[in-house]
Amino acid sequence: MSDTSKPTTQFGLLAEFDTPAGTIAAAEKVRDAGFRRWDVYTPYPLHGLDAAMGLGNSKVGWFTFLLGCTGMTLGMLMIWYMNAYDYQIVVGGKPFFSPLSSFPVCYEMTILFGAFGSLGGMLFLNRLPRWYHPLFNSDRFKNVTHDKFYLCIESTDPKFDDAQTRKLLESVGGKHIEEVRE
Amino acid sequence: MASHAPTIEVPLPPKELQREPLVLNHRPLGWISNQIAVIAEGKAPMWWWIAFVPSFIVMCIGASMIAYQVGTGVGVWGLMIPVGWAWDITNFVWWIGIGHAGTLISAILCLLRQRWRTSINRAAEAMTIFAVMCAGIFPAFHVGRVWFAWWLLPIPNANGIWPQFRSPLLWDVFAVSTYFTVSLLFWYMGLIPDLATMRDRAKSKLRQIGYGIAALGWTGSNRHWWNYEKAYLLLAGLSTPLVLSVHSIVSFDFAVSQVPGWHTTIFPPYFVAGAIFSGFGMVLTLVLPLRAICKLEDVITIRHVELMCKVLLATGSIVGYAYGMEFFIAWYGGNPYELYAFQNRAFGPYWWSYWSMITCNVISPHFFWSKRLRTNLWFVFAISIVVNIGMWFERFVIIVTSLHRDYMPSNWAYFSPTWVDIWTYIGTIGLFMTLFLLFVRFLPLCNIAEVKVVSSHGDPHHPLGGAKGGH
Repeated sequence: MSDTSKPTTQFGLLAEFDTPAGTIAAAEKVRDAGFRRWDVYTPYPLHGLDAAMGLGNSKVGWFTFLLGCTGMTLGMLMIWYMNAYDYQIVVGGKPFFSPLSSFPVCYEMTILFGAFGSLGGMLFLNRLPRWYHPLFNSDRFKNVTHDKFYLCIESTDPKFDDAQTRKLLESVGGKHIEEVRE
Repeated sequence: MASHAPTIEVPLPPKELQREPLVLNHRPLGWISNQIAVIAEGKAPMWWWIAFVPSFIVMCIGASMIAYQVGTGVGVWGLMIPVGWAWDITNFVWWIGIGHAGTLISAILCLLRQRWRTSINRAAEAMTIFAVMCAGIFPAFHVGRVWFAWWLLPIPNANGIWPQFRSPLLWDVFAVSTYFTVSLLFWYMGLIPDLATMRDRAKSKLRQIGYGIAALGWTGSNRHWWNYEKAYLLLAGLSTPLVLSVHSIVSFDFAVSQVPGWHTTIFPPYFVAGAIFSGFGMVLTLVLPLRAICKLEDVITIRHVELMCKVLLATGSIVGYAYGMEFFIAWYGGNPYELYAFQNRAFGPYWWSYWSMITCNVISPHFFWSKRLRTNLWFVFAISIVVNIGMWFERFVIIVTSLHRDYMPSNWAYFSPTWVDIWTYIGTIGLFMTLFLLFVRFLPLCNIAEVKVVSSHGDPHHPLGGAKGGH
């Protein structure tokens, strides 16, 4: 798939794994070797891998929280503006604005905005959509959505050394180690 | 492809820790993607056309009924005074209720860590979205002059007046539209990894581009899964109060009014339980045939069916309790109008609908105390349909019997549906089936990635997942 007529740069080294347990064990060793720019690619969310990679808590929750608060505030402001400020409507002599009767609508708006925050925050943190990725140049990598697991150490990692890294990937049980080019 | 996995000796855990697996026969990861994705690939099979063509025709009949109603006026329905809401709102509440099982499975069961949800959540979420679409048709067209339906939105009309936010009907607009949007987001997010699977399997350029764009460039990166899982959990956390609030707000349409038989505080929990009851009925109706036709018996196992039957039993019992409690409070509350409304439900001119409701909703789920009946798929399928008939009657009973005899006996009337009423309703079933069949044809009908999580090959602590030693 990669166009060989153009000069390409190296993206990283890709190793394939067959089992989830083997992948987690390999990830632990790569983490302990001190690499920073590397990633594991799996067909499904592999539980235990986050810790094996040394990832902390995801930041998506902040997006959900902030947008949820925005939804609640906007809802209250909207109802106050429409029914109590811009065109007052008398309903059974009750106050023009009450947070209680406004609550169901604002509650729904909190959830609506929070949901957009969660999905949008996830996509933003993952820098998606990104329809091109150097790994798509590898033919074997298609199996990542099928039944194989991959570990890729990127060449921009300060510890990256072509021969040494290849050796590391072999020693942790990686198969079909290949160089991926951008 | 469909052959059994290579035989590997798997040491069994001690007896007290043994559970029926969620993916049977130790199916490998690749088998799971093949078996599920293949349904949406290749030429459409015969059974699909046999189901699709009638559904599509029925949908078109429904569309022409709506066109006739819009062109002629809302009088072509059987509505009148005092029965100003009849089949339209019955159908609306029924469809919205059906949708609730999808969100329950995807959100509440996710929070409760019920791992069996993974093989049915995709189809159930699709069901939710299509059911809410069918539901939305009725309130939009029952206003009579549908071109004024935008008055429901927070936009000032020609006189500069905004909608009135103290009305539960307006709360309903926000609840249902939020419900639809959030269900769609949740469904789409769950689809992203599976769309990438479809992209990587696609043979034709068109499919590669189509699934490729929809998959947003998903690579399966664990740094992505890390945020994805968190977002999924948050969406589940948001959808749980959402699903409970939506049917509560739908019940406020009735409970906040002064009509005897509607003005009760039991309505919100009772509506939510009924919604989940009917939704699980619909999930079973849809999943049981698909499971057999698409050879998914190892993914949607008998254990899944049994668990769904148990949910039907639990929610059906809550519904039965609510019927009893309503009657008790009608008597104990000492309000003669309330008591009359309930006596009229059971023994008035609509007695047949009340007793159909009791038979279908209160009696039929109790067959599921028996394990033999829970595992008899034909029986479960029959009961799942009976449940939905019963839930339709419940909404009809609540709406029509409470309205047809109001405070002034000279107003009393008997509502009968017109042929337009009936065909509009059947038309929405056609719309639902059309959309659902299109979904089955173009998208993976089980969550491929999540089913892999619960399979033995996907479990890093299982010998088949590469774990050393036993358990």
